[in-house]
Amino acid sequence: MSILLDKETRVVVQGITGGAGQFHTPLMLKYGTAVVAGVTPGKGGQTSLGVPIFETVRDSCVKAGANTSIIFVPPRFAADSILEAADAGVRLVVCITEGIPVLDMARVKTYLARKGTALVGPNTPGIMAPGFKCKVGIMPDMIFSPGRIGVISRSGTLTYEAVDQLTRLGLGQSTCLGIGGDPVVGFTFVELLERFQADPDTDGVVMIGEIGGQAEEAAARFVKEHMTKPVAAFIAGKTAPPGRRMGHAGAIISGGKGTAADKIAALEAAGIKVAKTPADIGQAMLEALGR
Amino acid sequence: MLDFAAMTLYVSPVLLGGVMKIHEYQAKALLREAGVSCPEGHAATSLAGMEALDGKLADGVWVVKAQVHAGGRGKGIAYRDGTEVGRGVQVKRSPGEALAAAKSLLGATLVTVQTGKKGKRIGRVLIERGVEIATELYLAFIVDRDNSRVALIGSSEGGTEIEEVARKSPEKIHTVGIDPLVGLKEYHARDMAIRLGIPVGSLPGFVSLATKLYGVFASKDCSLAEVNPLVITKSGAVIALDAKLGFDDNGLFRHPEVVALRDLDEEEPSEVEAADAKLNYIKLDGDIGCLVNGAGLAMATMDAVKECGGEPANFLDVGGTATADNVALSFRIMLRDKVKGIFVNVFGGIVRCDVVAQGLVEALSKVKLDIPLVVRLAGNRKDEAVAILAGSGLPIITADDMKDGAEKIVRACGGTR
Repeated sequence: MSILLDKETRVVVQGITGGAGQFHTPLMLKYGTAVVAGVTPGKGGQTSLGVPIFETVRDSCVKAGANTSIIFVPPRFAADSILEAADAGVRLVVCITEGIPVLDMARVKTYLARKGTALVGPNTPGIMAPGFKCKVGIMPDMIFSPGRIGVISRSGTLTYEAVDQLTRLGLGQSTCLGIGGDPVVGFTFVELLERFQADPDTDGVVMIGEIGGQAEEAAARFVKEHMTKPVAAFIAGKTAPPGRRMGHAGAIISGGKGTAADKIAALEAAGIKVAKTPADIGQAMLEALGR
Repeated sequence: MLDFAAMTLYVSPVLLGGVMKIHEYQAKALLREAGVSCPEGHAATSLAGMEALDGKLADGVWVVKAQVHAGGRGKGIAYRDGTEVGRGVQVKRSPGEALAAAKSLLGATLVTVQTGKKGKRIGRVLIERGVEIATELYLAFIVDRDNSRVALIGSSEGGTEIEEVARKSPEKIHTVGIDPLVGLKEYHARDMAIRLGIPVGSLPGFVSLATKLYGVFASKDCSLAEVNPLVITKSGAVIALDAKLGFDDNGLFRHPEVVALRDLDEEEPSEVEAADAKLNYIKLDGDIGCLVNGAGLAMATMDAVKECGGEPANFLDVGGTATADNVALSFRIMLRDKVKGIFVNVFGGIVRCDVVAQGLVEALSKVKLDIPLVVRLAGNRKDEAVAILAGSGLPIITADDMKDGAEKIVRACGGTR
C-alpha cells in the first residue's frame, strides 16, 4: 500500500479543461488512477476525456464519490480552489499550481488546519504509488517501480533523478511525493516521515531537501528521536547565490540558520546517510539499508 | 568566490519565486499613503530635478541618501571615476550643502557590504529633512515560512544591521506571531512595544505605525516590510526614518501600482531578458554555464560543478519546456555573460529527451558556439536523444550522469581552479 493514497482513492481534477488538466488527466487515467470527476465552473454537465464535469467540487463528491482533489487551476484562482475542496470535504488535496501568492497560502494553510484537510503542495509534482498504479500528479511514471522505499522531496526533476537511480539499483518505491517548492506548503517532511515510519510497506526513506527554512533540521530531529527505519538524504543548494537573500529578518526567526552546511550537519548528526552529490542518492539509500 | 558564510535562511527567495524590491523613497511614499509618518523628503533622478529643488528646501539639517537596492548605504562609499566622493548617506547642515552632496552622488558608484566590489550606480537620490532622534528601534513584518504565519519582529537595536544583532545578541530580537486569517491586532503591537520598552507617551504612535505598516504588508502582498530605524523623536513622535519593502513576485498580478515602481536599472539586464522569456536565470561569479530543467536539479547541478572544482556562472531553470527557442536564448544570454563552457543537464520526465535533443540541435543552428558543450540527458527517451546528438555531427560532449557531466565540463574548461 502507500501513505496518503489507497485503493479507495477517487480523484476529482479541478481545472480539468485547462491545458495542464487536459494533458495530465489522460496520463493519470492511463497509469491506473481512478479519476472520477472534473470541475470547471460553467461547464458542469459536459464530459471531457470521458470524465464527467461538475460545477462544484461538492457536486463531484456527492455525485461521483470523489474523495481526493488535484488542482491545475492558474495561480490567481488556486487558493480559492483549495478552500473549495476543503469545504467540500475531500480528504486530500494535491495542488500542482506554481506561483500562488505566499500570503494566500499562509491563510489557506491556517484554514485547512482547522478543517483537518490534508494538503500536498502547492508547486508539487504530486504523489505516486507504484504498487497499485495510482498517480495523483504529473510525475513521469516510466521511471518508477513498485517496492518498499518512500521518497519525499522539495523538488521535481531532482526527485525523478533520485527515483531513476533507486529503480536502477533495484529499490522500488512504496510512495513518492513532492512536498512542494514554495515557502508555505501543506505536508512537511516531519509529518510524512511519521507516516512512513508507521507504514508497514515502507522499509526506508529518501529525503531530498533544499536550502532555506528549517524543515530539514526539524526532520533530522524527528528521525533521531522517533524513526527506526533507515533514512538517506540529499540537500541541494550548497552553491546557491548568497547575494540574493532578501528578508534579512527571515534569518532571525531561526537564528540565522538554514544553509546547506547547517542542514547536512543536522542530518548527519541524526544518523542519516547524506549523499555528497545528486548522482549518489540511490547508493546512499543502499548503504543506509545496510546492503 | 561565493561567500558561503554569508548565506542565510532567506538565501533562496529567488529560487522559490522571487521578490521585487523598490527604492526607499518609493517605499516611504507607499507608507505615507497608508498614514505612516516619514520625514519630509524629495527624490531626484537628474541634475535638473535637483536644481528644481533649489530654494524650496527650508533651512536646517537635511540628510542626503543614495537610492540603490542594497543595504549598508550609510557605511558605503561612493566613487566617481575612481575618486571617492563621500558616503552613501550624508548629514548636511544646510539645503545648499545637501544639494551639492546630492549632485556629487548622482551618477557615482556606491560600494557597500552588500553590493560587492563592482558597486551600484546611483541613479536616484533622496534629500530628507533631518530629525532629532531620541531612540532608534527595528520593526518588520515577514512571512514566517516555518510556521505558515506572519511574524512581527522588533528589536531595541535599531539603525544597525539586524543580521548582526541576530548573530551577536539574539535575545534582543523579539517575535510576535500573527494568525494570517485574523491579522495584526492592537494587542500584538502593544505586546511588542512593552518588550521594546517604548515610553507610555509614544505607545499610541507606535501601535498606530505598526498597524499601518501591517496594512501595507498584507494589502500589497509583501514578503518583507521593514522600518529600520523606527525612530522616536525628542518630542515623542514615532516615525519611519528608513523603509524597505519587498514584494512577493507571485502577488504582483494584483498590484500594477507596485509593478510600476520597478527600476530596471537595478537589475541584471540578462536576468530581465531571461525573466521576460519565463526563464529563471541568476547570474553568478563563475565561468561554467549551466542549463537545467527544474529548480532543484539546477541547484544540484551547480553543486556538482562546484564539487568537481569548477565555478558555476549561473543558475538557470528552463522550466518544463526546454524548447529550441528557449535553449537558443539561454545560450545567447550565457555567451554574453562570457562563460567558458556550457553544461546542459536535463532529466526528461514528461518532457521527452528526444524533443530536447532536437531543440538543442536546432538552437545550435541559430547560435554559434565556440566553447565546449557537455550534454547530459536522462530519463524519458534518452537513447533516442543520444542518437540524435551523435548523428548531428555537432561537437557535443555527451555525459552518462550528472557527476560525469560535471567532471567533463570542468576538464573541458581547463580543469579545477
